[in-house]
Amino acid sequence: MLGGLTTFSVRFFKEVFIPPYEIDQIRKHMIELGMKTLPIVGVTGFIIGLVIALQLSPVLKRFGAEAFLPGSVGISIVRELGPVICALIFAGRVSSGIGAELGSMRVTEQIDAMEVSGVNPFRYLVVTRIFATTFILPILTVYVIFISLIGAYIAVVLVQNMTWAYFIDRVVFAVEFGDAIPGVSKTFVFGFIVGLVGCYKGFTAENGTEGVGQASTSSVVVSSLLILIFDMVLVKLSLWIWPVAK
Amino acid sequence: MVDINGLHKSFGNKVVLDGISLNVEEAENMIVFGRSGTGKSVLLKCVIRLLEPDAGSVKIQSKDVLSLNPKELNSLRKEIGFLFQGAALYDSMSVRENLEFPLMRNFNLDKKEIDERIHFVLEAVSLLEAVDKMPAELSGGMKKRIGLARSIITKPKLMFYDEPTTGLDPITAKEISVLILELQKALKMTSIVVTHDLLCAKIIADRAIVIDEGKIVKEGSISDLVNSNEPLLKNFFSDEIIENNGSMI
Repeated sequence: MLGGLTTFSVRFFKEVFIPPYEIDQIRKHMIELGMKTLPIVGVTGFIIGLVIALQLSPVLKRFGAEAFLPGSVGISIVRELGPVICALIFAGRVSSGIGAELGSMRVTEQIDAMEVSGVNPFRYLVVTRIFATTFILPILTVYVIFISLIGAYIAVVLVQNMTWAYFIDRVVFAVEFGDAIPGVSKTFVFGFIVGLVGCYKGFTAENGTEGVGQASTSSVVVSSLLILIFDMVLVKLSLWIWPVAK
Repeated sequence: MVDINGLHKSFGNKVVLDGISLNVEEAENMIVFGRSGTGKSVLLKCVIRLLEPDAGSVKIQSKDVLSLNPKELNSLRKEIGFLFQGAALYDSMSVRENLEFPLMRNFNLDKKEIDERIHFVLEAVSLLEAVDKMPAELSGGMKKRIGLARSIITKPKLMFYDEPTTGLDPITAKEISVLILELQKALKMTSIVVTHDLLCAKIIADRAIVIDEGKIVKEGSISDLVNSNEPLLKNFFSDEIIENNGSMI
């Protein structure tokens, strides 16, 4: 499967620069996928922010470091939790949808019909979707980070007396360029993985409706796993490029 | 128009096409008969390179299909129509969008010309009122008609039909067969039709072949095939079941 995914991604990079660029399709997919995922990532982000702040508060208090609560929550959300949680939910929601949609098109011969009508189905169906997932996920991640900080602030208010302005000031003070850029940048890779795996599984589906189901479920499993593996690599890489200030 | 020579295709150990050779003349309607799983649809897909044959040659309008590069192949496919067994309408698009799709991407036509062509093909298949419907709102027969309309909207010189009447009631099947013949005459197309439907074949066919175990076992007019005494053909075309030694069950 890894060989197939590699060949599929090489084909993507070959085809992505060849016109026609199907801008309308890319825009349509970005809006559809973004809108579809917005509520669920928002709710999850809010809860994650709130829970992290609630969990950290007594621990920091134990060390007499309550003042660092906004900063620690901000850094953990911006560097890791926001991007990864958002990507995993996006994978569950979008990768399975793409896998099922393209899988269904494959087994009902719609992709063949496109091919015999002289239209390149890879460019029309695959390139547009991978492009859309790659660029919509970072936008969703920024949204999730913001919503998570709201959740965290509400938790802080529950345990400490702190204004929103002070909370944000502490977060901005603590979170550096070297935290935000790698955190958000890696979501371009995660978005690419989600689109690539969903499209690959769907585009190569076979064995009728059973194959469509398999394409859908295995898209989620494979893309989630790849997101975590690549996260490990990208965290190491980002720490090498932007070392944490001492 | 279509010249197939020694075409072979296998899936693993299963030989599906075993040296098929066939010549289809311009404006001729060729029917391909055969039992299920004998490789009729695979033959069509190999001719148009939706599947890559293992060996043999295919020429369409003297162009060697198997040696064309992707760009040349796409250009050739623009002159070919294909009606799939399940119609293969794009289910996320309305009927109008389905019909516009090949025109907007392959032909330099303005909006007025596209609308005229849509009107022409929908009128031809008697489904003008379905223009804004989604495929999910159409019956099986309507889907087949819209699939046919989409295939001919590019005015192809060559048409492939993969079981055009399968799953339809006898009246709708007959209507579709008559429609195929009328359109073929009006647009002067060459057609290769894969079917099990004898009535459809009788309406459309100029010539027919029967495929069995990957080989062409009989070629001729429909009446030649129907009146043949060979057990396979008798089984295929008569109501009786004949054993291989010729005795009737």
